[in-house]
Amino acid sequence: MKRLFKLALQKPELASTLLLVLLIVFFQILSGAVFLSIDNVRGVMGLLPETALVAVGVTLLMICGEFDLSVGSVFALMPMTMAVLVVAGVPFWLAILLGLALCAFIGFINGWITIKFDIPSFITTLGMMFMARSMTVVVSGGFPPRIKPGQVPSWIFTGFVDDGGLIRASVIWFVAIAVLISLLLAKTNFGNWVRATGGFLPAAAAMGIPSGKVKIACFMICSVLAGFAGMIQSLRLNSFLPALGEGMELQAVAAAVIGGTSLMGGIGSIIGGLIGATLIRVIDNGMVMSQIDSNWFKFAIGALTIFAVVGNAWLRRRGRAMQVETDK
Amino acid sequence: MSTPIIETRNLHKWYSGVHALKGVSLKIEKGQALGLVGDNGAGKSTLINILSGLHRQDEGEILLEGQEVDIRNPKDSMRLGIETIYQYNSMVPLMTISRNVFIGREPLKWSIGGFGILDEQKMREESVKAIADVDLHLRSPDALVGELSGGQRQGVAIARAMHFKSKVMILDEPTNHLSVKETAKVIGFVKGLKEQGVTSVFISHNMHHVFACCDRIVAMALGQIVLDKPVSETSIEEVSEKL
Repeated sequence: MKRLFKLALQKPELASTLLLVLLIVFFQILSGAVFLSIDNVRGVMGLLPETALVAVGVTLLMICGEFDLSVGSVFALMPMTMAVLVVAGVPFWLAILLGLALCAFIGFINGWITIKFDIPSFITTLGMMFMARSMTVVVSGGFPPRIKPGQVPSWIFTGFVDDGGLIRASVIWFVAIAVLISLLLAKTNFGNWVRATGGFLPAAAAMGIPSGKVKIACFMICSVLAGFAGMIQSLRLNSFLPALGEGMELQAVAAAVIGGTSLMGGIGSIIGGLIGATLIRVIDNGMVMSQIDSNWFKFAIGALTIFAVVGNAWLRRRGRAMQVETDK
Repeated sequence: MSTPIIETRNLHKWYSGVHALKGVSLKIEKGQALGLVGDNGAGKSTLINILSGLHRQDEGEILLEGQEVDIRNPKDSMRLGIETIYQYNSMVPLMTISRNVFIGREPLKWSIGGFGILDEQKMREESVKAIADVDLHLRSPDALVGELSGGQRQGVAIARAMHFKSKVMILDEPTNHLSVKETAKVIGFVKGLKEQGVTSVFISHNMHHVFACCDRIVAMALGQIVLDKPVSETSIEEVSEKL
């Protein structure tokens, strides 16, 4: 029993899950039961997969010991590229494929420059953030492309899958991808390499893990997921805007950190990143529903990030210090 | 005399203008426990890093059982049967024992192009066995390496090297930062290697540790070998004078 408690204390996702439940209850009461109403849940569920997908990629990359500030820009660049191609007459699926390939290329460049020149990924991706953002305007020529409703089968990504109109296809895409990335991390040799690379690079290198390639792969996965998420959002709104996803990079990092991922690498879980992303969405929406001045949103996220990191570190220390019989 | 298991011929290495190895030629016989001693910067680590694939020599050859080999990375070295145990013990503290034992060499249930699903049960069972084989008793292969003592970690590192049937085990300062009791245990491991017919190279700057478990002493200074004698024909005093 005590050992279970010790294990639970050391799980970084625990604190954030508890907080999530508390906040949901809090907002439900504060908003006069509007927060958990069907209409509101529908709204939250529309936005959640989009931001959570970005958080999944960022979490994976952070576990590998790197960092990506360009996800917000890639989030806008992918749908913009795709829309420009579709307007130019390229078939929808080919346009998606080309858009995702562009994301993979950006991820590759982020990783390759970081590894090859041994510079912090913070700097590489900060540069890429500006470059990719600029590209979104460049490729559209300053005029956002228009895709007529019904011109592309966007229902595959954003259509409602149930009769009640609660769950969108994006939720299914997101769950499938999140499960896939979780399995990749937990059950494959690649996942083992990611954790080793982020956990203790000299050991990974000494054991012959191609840590440079592992990192580049994580950069690429992160960029592709960001682009895919941006595409879902653009298709849901049916508008392709160059300013899409601004500020998203730091929200994604906040989500990962709130969910227990360490900035130093090696520690973290996909599920933690999801909980973090959900927390951010719940706070955002809950504040609106409870008629709290929404200018406090960023304040709340900032405070939560600091609180979560301090709390997780404290819990982990408490958990480790707890005495249990270790020899049998 | 039989073919040496490892032979280096005239190895040279420069590090950003510094001549760290100046023509090191060394023959290591099968089953030998060789103690490599020297002060910081003497070139011991450089020599070892070349054998374990972390660095490449700028000049010279390496022969394994008489065959010239090209060691380009740690994987090559391991494939040739050379296992290295580093002083920082090349373990990831936040990962479990069983995962650490198989880092980079994970058994897979199935795979495509080298990527695949881990055979976790096999990893657990074999790591338990590997650890028991070096006479170390740990409660679970699922414990995090970060929760083990320094000596236990070195024990797991040695178990890992043994598990992969190494021909040559290189131990780079394995007794650094260890308590007296744990040091004794590591020295015991090294003695055990000889009984199992594994060749070992034990690097340390603690002469007492080296003399306790090796049968040949090689001393290095300023990138060259300055002494090479069986342990019975030399003394700590003589070796110390040379350094």
